[in-house]
Amino acid sequence: MLFFGIVCSFAHPFLYNGKLIFKFITVSGSTRPLYRICCRGIFLLFSVLLLGNNSAFAGPNGEALFKSNCAACHNPVKDVTGPALKGLRATFPSKEWGYEWMKNPAAVLARGDKAPNDFKAKFGGTIVMTSFPQLSHEEIDAIFDYVDKYEPPVVKTEDKGAKGEETETNGWVYTVITLSLLVLAIILWRANQGLRRAANDKEGLQSEKEIPLYRSKLVIAIVAILIFIMAGYWLTNGAVNEGRQQNYQPIQPIFYSHKVHAGVNQINCLYCHAGAEKSRQAMIPSSNVCMNCHKQINTYTGDPLRTAEGKDVDANAQIQLLYQYAGWDPAKKDYKRDAEGNILATPIQWVKVHNLPDHVYFNHAQHVKIGQVQCQQCHGPIHDMDEVYQFSALSMGWCINCHRSTDVQFEANKYYNNVYKTYHEELKAGKRKGVTEAEMGGTECQKCHY
Amino acid sequence: MSQKQYWSDLEDLNKLNNPTEAVAQDEFKEELPFELSTGLFNATTPRRDFLKFIGFSTLAATLVASCEMPVRKAIPYAIKPEDIVPGIPNYYASTFADGGDYCAIVIKTRDGRPIKIEGNELSSVTKGGTSARVQASVLNLYDKTRLRFPLANGAEETFAAIDGLVKEGIGSKPGYLVTSTIISPTSKEVIAQFLAKYPAIKHITYDAYSYSGMLLANEACYGKRTLPTYHFEKAQTIVSLGADFLGTWVSPIEFSKGYSKKRKITAKNPTISRHYQVEAMHTITGAAADHRATCKPSELGGVAVALYEAVANGKQSSGLSKNLNELVNKAAADLNQTRGAGLVVGSSNDVNIQTVINAINDKIGANGSTINWTTTSNCKQGIDKDMVDMVAAMEAGTVGSVFFHNTNPAYDYYDSKKFVAALAKVPVTVSFADRQDETAQKCKFVIPDHNFLESWGDAEPKPNYFSLQQPGIAPLFKTRAFQESLMIWTGSTQSYHDFWKDYWMKKSGSQENFDKALQDGIVEPAGDMPNGAAPFAGNVTDAIAKVQAKQPHKGIELVVYQKIGIGHGGVWSNNPWLQEMPDPITRTVWDNYLCVSPKFAASKEINSPLTGFSEVDTKKMVVSIKTANGVTMKLPIIVVPGMHNDVVAVAVGYGRDKKVGLAAASDEVKGEGGRNAYPFVVFNGLTMEHHSDVTEITPTKDEYHVAVIQTHNSYEARPVVHEYTLEEFKKDPEALLKERGVEIAEFATVPWEEGKQGKEEKMDSTKEEGYRENGTLYPNYPYEGIKWGMSIDLNSCTGCGACVVGCMAENNVSVVGKNHALIAHEMHWIRIDRYFSGMADEPDSIQTVFQPMLCQHCDNAPCENVCPVSATNHSSEGINQMAYNRCIGTKYCANNCPYKVRHFNWMDWNGADCFADNQYEDGRRDDLNDDLTRMVLNPDVTVRSRGVTEKCTFCVQRLQEAKLISKKEGHPLKDGAAKTACQQACPTDAIVFGNVKDKESNIFKLRRQEQVERTFYVLEHIHTLPNINYLSKIRNTEEINALEEKKNDFLKYHI
Repeated sequence: MLFFGIVCSFAHPFLYNGKLIFKFITVSGSTRPLYRICCRGIFLLFSVLLLGNNSAFAGPNGEALFKSNCAACHNPVKDVTGPALKGLRATFPSKEWGYEWMKNPAAVLARGDKAPNDFKAKFGGTIVMTSFPQLSHEEIDAIFDYVDKYEPPVVKTEDKGAKGEETETNGWVYTVITLSLLVLAIILWRANQGLRRAANDKEGLQSEKEIPLYRSKLVIAIVAILIFIMAGYWLTNGAVNEGRQQNYQPIQPIFYSHKVHAGVNQINCLYCHAGAEKSRQAMIPSSNVCMNCHKQINTYTGDPLRTAEGKDVDANAQIQLLYQYAGWDPAKKDYKRDAEGNILATPIQWVKVHNLPDHVYFNHAQHVKIGQVQCQQCHGPIHDMDEVYQFSALSMGWCINCHRSTDVQFEANKYYNNVYKTYHEELKAGKRKGVTEAEMGGTECQKCHY
Repeated sequence: MSQKQYWSDLEDLNKLNNPTEAVAQDEFKEELPFELSTGLFNATTPRRDFLKFIGFSTLAATLVASCEMPVRKAIPYAIKPEDIVPGIPNYYASTFADGGDYCAIVIKTRDGRPIKIEGNELSSVTKGGTSARVQASVLNLYDKTRLRFPLANGAEETFAAIDGLVKEGIGSKPGYLVTSTIISPTSKEVIAQFLAKYPAIKHITYDAYSYSGMLLANEACYGKRTLPTYHFEKAQTIVSLGADFLGTWVSPIEFSKGYSKKRKITAKNPTISRHYQVEAMHTITGAAADHRATCKPSELGGVAVALYEAVANGKQSSGLSKNLNELVNKAAADLNQTRGAGLVVGSSNDVNIQTVINAINDKIGANGSTINWTTTSNCKQGIDKDMVDMVAAMEAGTVGSVFFHNTNPAYDYYDSKKFVAALAKVPVTVSFADRQDETAQKCKFVIPDHNFLESWGDAEPKPNYFSLQQPGIAPLFKTRAFQESLMIWTGSTQSYHDFWKDYWMKKSGSQENFDKALQDGIVEPAGDMPNGAAPFAGNVTDAIAKVQAKQPHKGIELVVYQKIGIGHGGVWSNNPWLQEMPDPITRTVWDNYLCVSPKFAASKEINSPLTGFSEVDTKKMVVSIKTANGVTMKLPIIVVPGMHNDVVAVAVGYGRDKKVGLAAASDEVKGEGGRNAYPFVVFNGLTMEHHSDVTEITPTKDEYHVAVIQTHNSYEARPVVHEYTLEEFKKDPEALLKERGVEIAEFATVPWEEGKQGKEEKMDSTKEEGYRENGTLYPNYPYEGIKWGMSIDLNSCTGCGACVVGCMAENNVSVVGKNHALIAHEMHWIRIDRYFSGMADEPDSIQTVFQPMLCQHCDNAPCENVCPVSATNHSSEGINQMAYNRCIGTKYCANNCPYKVRHFNWMDWNGADCFADNQYEDGRRDDLNDDLTRMVLNPDVTVRSRGVTEKCTFCVQRLQEAKLISKKEGHPLKDGAAKTACQQACPTDAIVFGNVKDKESNIFKLRRQEQVERTFYVLEHIHTLPNINYLSKIRNTEEINALEEKKNDFLKYHI
């Protein structure tokens, strides 16, 4: 797997370069107070690339299906609203029974099958599983394949720092080696020159007049050209990247950990970001959505949380902070209300991480609902982030690259039935496997700028 | 073939010394702001200049680079309202009612802010149509000048305190409640309760621009003091005696809808209504007319009588001018021939003239067919005499209290000085105005009413045809519904909203019906509108005698008219969108002026200099005008072909007080912002007459700049309009096809296919394809997906300007203000070009055509290949797209555009760029940059910054949204799902838009099946391959008034 990752990293030099350049610039622009330079190891990049590549495999994506359909009530390894799913398939009477159950649980329960009725009793006796008539057999299999293979994430916090340092050290080692070799070369060259002069003296030959390095025309020319090229490179890249904020990781008013919510507790992204399937904006949930769960959950019992700088975070204090914003009185277990019965809530002023310029139109629904793009494809390993940072460049080149290589849901969405006859014919004839977004006009100006 | 010569302006007509050419050659009037005489490298100090530039750009680059990224907040709702999804618009059906101006609307709100108004297609009154004012009304919600709290004696006070003082003050002395026409049943109920509690108070209705004459005549003739419903859609012959029913008369949206139904024509069914217009000045209704003749306003009675005599007694008209006699006789013959399908309307506010018109309508069988007396119209109820009586009572000091709702007599009463003096004698004066208008300033208490977009309410434009009003936003300021104020003073404990809800719950019967009514916005009986006649009992003989007793004035007469944008004044004067909407006929913005005919301007009395005629030179002569009622005023003159030679006209709605708002405020001394024309109105003892006799008119040495925008863009005399008479069209419907065929014959086939070319063959779709392929060196792009196209019917377009304002609202089009409009910097994405034909000195010969012009989205666009940075290029859907962030502002594209539809942002109009203090300010338009006003901006459309070119995008944000919705729902795009803003605003359905690749679409059917014969593309022969086609204008007349060279000579001496 590591080998695969390395291959991938070479296959994406642009990203790699982007990262290097970014570091260069942040050093020079370190006066910006909220830009915290996050030194993350290359392994992160690898893991994401692996993830991205995994999701590109053919066939239904069990993980995605699980997260979008099941994760609101189920955890693979823990009993939550519903039972833990790992290994559950093995207890089914038959495969077909499983499909039937998924598609219409109420009917199976009504029939009086024992196992599900036992579960029902175990989980309070009132909750019945939601039916999923839209899932195909392959998709159901994919979900169970995923949960059966699932391994709970290992806490990597310590690990991460260590690895990060290691890579940094490697860099320095290379630099030191290069520099020492350079010094060695210069010493050898000088020694060589000294020896030749000595030999010339000995033989009575006139030796060349020694010109100091800083007056050597050749050296001056090379240095000037080098400086010119470097400065040009730096300026151009600086200008191109002006206004971009990759790796931007601001401090938020509440230390809200996506890792705890989306990663460890497997809450579906769309549960909170409900706009992502409907609207241009994915929508940050209002605090009453948080309170749907946090009315019950008032203490944090997971692994200790740390900020990016490594400071410990009092997670319970953060929950209390939420209560303040939401207008919740934890003692009375009720909302604080004014005379007219309105909840005394104040909006949380989150710092916006992902910023697009005003002249760019981006629509979440277009990508999430119609394009079936996974959140992580642009937002990165959000389920591993305690504090969210901007994973992707959000540059136009980055957008366009994806539009060039991603297929649209050409045959699945009936919208395309009456248009692009040639593509339909070519698909039928097997001349092409899919139609990319760019072929649908996805690289034209007015798709995003109007 | 009809070779009618069109001229866009008088210079164009007189090629002598043609300044239009200068415009064409020097489209961008300014020099670049560099002080280099001969260019960079020829300069005396090229090295230093070079270094200066380098220094500047380095500095600028450094400055930009050192801009810190701002920290942006993303603040969610504390508690999210259930029905709001950020980013998804919500639509609420509601009602627009300003006095009697009524429109059923749908409010589009984004994240809780109303940002756009559309027509409600469910209404059988307005049928989804809108007007410029309805489109612009959303901007009034965010008017910075609106009062933010109630006032007592000019200082902030609480509602409770004012309520106490008012209740105490009403007392037992007689009082008046003065309102404009109220068509809301619940408001009427509230007023009835208020009057019951205070029996000494009398309710009177006062409309600034009144229809009292008609109301009183109808009362005398039919026993109903109301207006009937006019069914223009049933009228085969229409005679209008001065009524601008497509622009400003009674209910123009409703009439435009109906009228245009009878103006749609196809080769298969070549029939349209015939429209005769007699008028004193030039209105858009006159422009649409088939036959038009002019008369002085005082002669209008004579024309009505002549028409009556001709219709009723077969007496040929002979006592009028030659053209009028001809018109009256022809019209009478037509009216008699199309019995039951004729309609005569008149603008006069004289009871006798209206009685004669009623008599004509009765004779031609209009009563009960085109004029509906069963379902009448509540739109205008103002009675002038009541108002005059009230002022007299106030002056006598007998009035204890007076309340003004949506009326502003201190501005629009004919004798406002007398009114103001009388008002000072009233102890309790209350205004419900939303701002400190002229009357509110003189009132003790001002209790601002909600804006209509913040209000609950209802309307009953016709008996039993209801329309509900619901708010699109909670009240922004400390305002209170005027009904609620009355209810509180009546002693009611209920809020107006509860009262309204109870009323409608009771009326609709169940919660379900109520919800449906609120969702649809209308409550109407099913089926066709009930129609019926009323017995006519008018005393015609007496009326005719009285009309004839009035001798027409011998000299010059003045007409006081309403502009289609600003209307009667009111809040509209302070609406920058409307101020910058060009008047359809004069094509001027931001001012009022004296319209005069070319002959009059050239006459000895005026002897206007060349600039008086010129629409290029903005400097206008100022004249001093004095009328018989003793009013003197200085006004600049604008020369308008088609005006009666002895008539001058001036619009109301200008000359407002500073407190009405920045855009409205006028400067008394300089005349900036126009002057108030209401003092010219004459009270004849019963009604107000909107014309008066001029006793003196003298030129002054003053000059004044008026922004006329017609000549800002020039086609350099290329033909752009095709017009035929109905006869011509019937005889040879394919004339246009042949013409087009000849025009492009050279390229319709490839050169080596000899023998095929050069023949006079008609155009068809294969020819069109051939031309597309062979007329260019570029490869022919195969359009595989959607291909957008638009069709504009010149026969339906009335030039009303609703599309212009609709486009501004939808696309965040900047208002540039008068100063920049003067130097051709206006930004409208769609403009309505006006072309005259006929002889300039003979007003009756003038025929006028309107042509909406917007980006033609050429498939072989001249703008695209001259852009050095490819900021403008073509999409696979046939849209000529514009990437603002790529544009470097060379303006090459605008220079190369043959349609002149590209506009350059000379200034930072809206604070869109990142430099501080860069924003343009000019005084009158600056409210637009207020944080409050900016709430009207459409969040889906970029606000353009300085230095980029912009133009129509085909409302790409709407197209993308329509596609997105179809994709989400998983079905192919349906025809009609995507509508452009101009199409939706149009009250005459002149604009059809859709996917031309979809054979089920209206646009495909229209271009390829129904309207093949009338379809043409502007400047087709230059192979731009536009995606917008036009349908030729067909005029139901015998002749086209061609230009006769010799008759035009007279102007040459003056121009």
